[in-house]
Amino acid sequence: MNDPGRASRILGGGAGRSTAIASVSTLVVFGAIALIVVNSAGWPDVKEAFFNWDEFTYSFPKILSALKLNIEIFLVAEVFILVFALAIAILRGLPGPVFFPVRLLATAYTDVFRGIPTILVIYLLGFGVPALQLSGVPSSELFWGTASLVLVYSAYVAEVYRAGIDSVHPSQDAAARSLGLTRAQSLRFVVVPQAVRRVVPPLLNDFIGLQKDTALVALLGPVEAFREAQIISAADFNFTPYVVAAVLFIALTIPLARFTDWLIARERKRRLAGGLR
Amino acid sequence: MRRTPFSALLLASLAVLAASCGGSSSNTTTTTGSAQTASCSKATLELTTPGKLTIATDNPSFPPWFIGKKADSPWDPTTTPTKKGYEAGVAYAVAHKLGFTDQDVVWKVQQFTQLFKPGSKPYDFDINQVSYNPKRAKAVGFSNSYYDVEQAVVSYKGSKIANAKSLADLKDAKLGYQIGTTSGDAINDTIKPSQSANVYSDSNAVVAAIKAHQVDGVVVDFPTALYMSAVQVPNGVIVGRLPSTGGKQEHFGLVTSKGSSLVVCLNKALSELRADGTLNQLQQKWIAGGAPVLS
Repeated sequence: MNDPGRASRILGGGAGRSTAIASVSTLVVFGAIALIVVNSAGWPDVKEAFFNWDEFTYSFPKILSALKLNIEIFLVAEVFILVFALAIAILRGLPGPVFFPVRLLATAYTDVFRGIPTILVIYLLGFGVPALQLSGVPSSELFWGTASLVLVYSAYVAEVYRAGIDSVHPSQDAAARSLGLTRAQSLRFVVVPQAVRRVVPPLLNDFIGLQKDTALVALLGPVEAFREAQIISAADFNFTPYVVAAVLFIALTIPLARFTDWLIARERKRRLAGGLR
Repeated sequence: MRRTPFSALLLASLAVLAASCGGSSSNTTTTTGSAQTASCSKATLELTTPGKLTIATDNPSFPPWFIGKKADSPWDPTTTPTKKGYEAGVAYAVAHKLGFTDQDVVWKVQQFTQLFKPGSKPYDFDINQVSYNPKRAKAVGFSNSYYDVEQAVVSYKGSKIANAKSLADLKDAKLGYQIGTTSGDAINDTIKPSQSANVYSDSNAVVAAIKAHQVDGVVVDFPTALYMSAVQVPNGVIVGRLPSTGGKQEHFGLVTSKGSSLVVCLNKALSELRADGTLNQLQQKWIAGGAPVLS
């Protein structure tokens, strides 16, 4: 803020006076909201139920250590999702009548797995498949829980990839082919790199969703952060542990969200620079 | 420059608007009187619906606590009221003691989490195998015990703990329990297994996990263990009962909203039912069976 000409756009831009006005109006608005909440009749009950400091400090370390499982599930699932989804998107985009069954399958896959509630997929695979008691098939609930997330999120991410691939102008492919690249090479070196770069922000958006949905694996039994919060909440009849879980999930997603913002800004800058060249 | 004061004005007026909205809706105070004397007649009770006794439980409610139309089937509280099962029996016995007829009893579905949400509650008391503990009693009202409960281990024939004879035999088992139950304390404090236990959202998931052999056994309260091993789990067995956690007798209490004046009357009714043998008869009728205590 040393240079008044470069003041933050969020705060209203320009001179110090508008910054001051912005600050005051912010204070008035949030102050009013806070006053209304704190002076409401039920506030003491709500405060006791959701913002109990003793409960917060008691549950924080337990939930933090349970969060490790969320991060593990997330990291493993993310790798498989990136690969599966790209494969599905490419299969769905294969041209020509020969590949019709492949396109049909890929389309059916995205339709089905985007349509089914994630909870059902998790229950069905996590409890249903092991109950068949087939030899050689893992019965681990963590395995099936993670696999369910991979299946569901691959369907979403495949559509993101497909949008990216469709957004690359056909002339790019035509130019690559005319230079002697095969269809596969054109896809690998020309289309997909451009497509992926364009869809990085929506991809990260889906991954923020995935980070939170790792909590669904708890339905099968493993104790992750949200379930740990639920355990403490049910034992003590207090909702504060959920607030702890929320704080931790936010702490997990904010770096990713800022990273996404940065990528979007960089992409915009790059495109503008390209346009001026 | 010209734009900013205007938007500030807009925001300020929004804030005023929000303040006026909040003011009008924050007048409903719901404090239940505590200075009531213990005259427990139907007319003087503070009830959710005057003249009716509104009792809550979860949906579905399982035997032996509530029994539906068919033998061994769970009961759906949105259907015709059942008078079969231990908790159904206790609920109606308490209602009669307070002067209500069967027709005065209204059932309401409440999930476990809804019991301890802040604010007013849409029922007079809840009966759903809720164990008393001091922390919980800060958020809700509890009656005295209507059932002194023990925990038990359920497994299936052929599992590695099916023939366990002692707590030590359970050490290496993968166990599971339902969230919100004290079975978790029994596992962590009494059995202390080498692997951390799995936790499930509801009793259906507990049963599904043991059917899928993802756990060697599950810990549930003893009456539930009787039903689970006999009906829900194929080849189910009760491995044994567990000694009480920390030497303290665990009990189920009726749950009311915090500070409810009804608790005094519920306690009076329960102590009369205990004294005249009704509670004991209901237990004999609905919760029959035994299993060795593991030590």
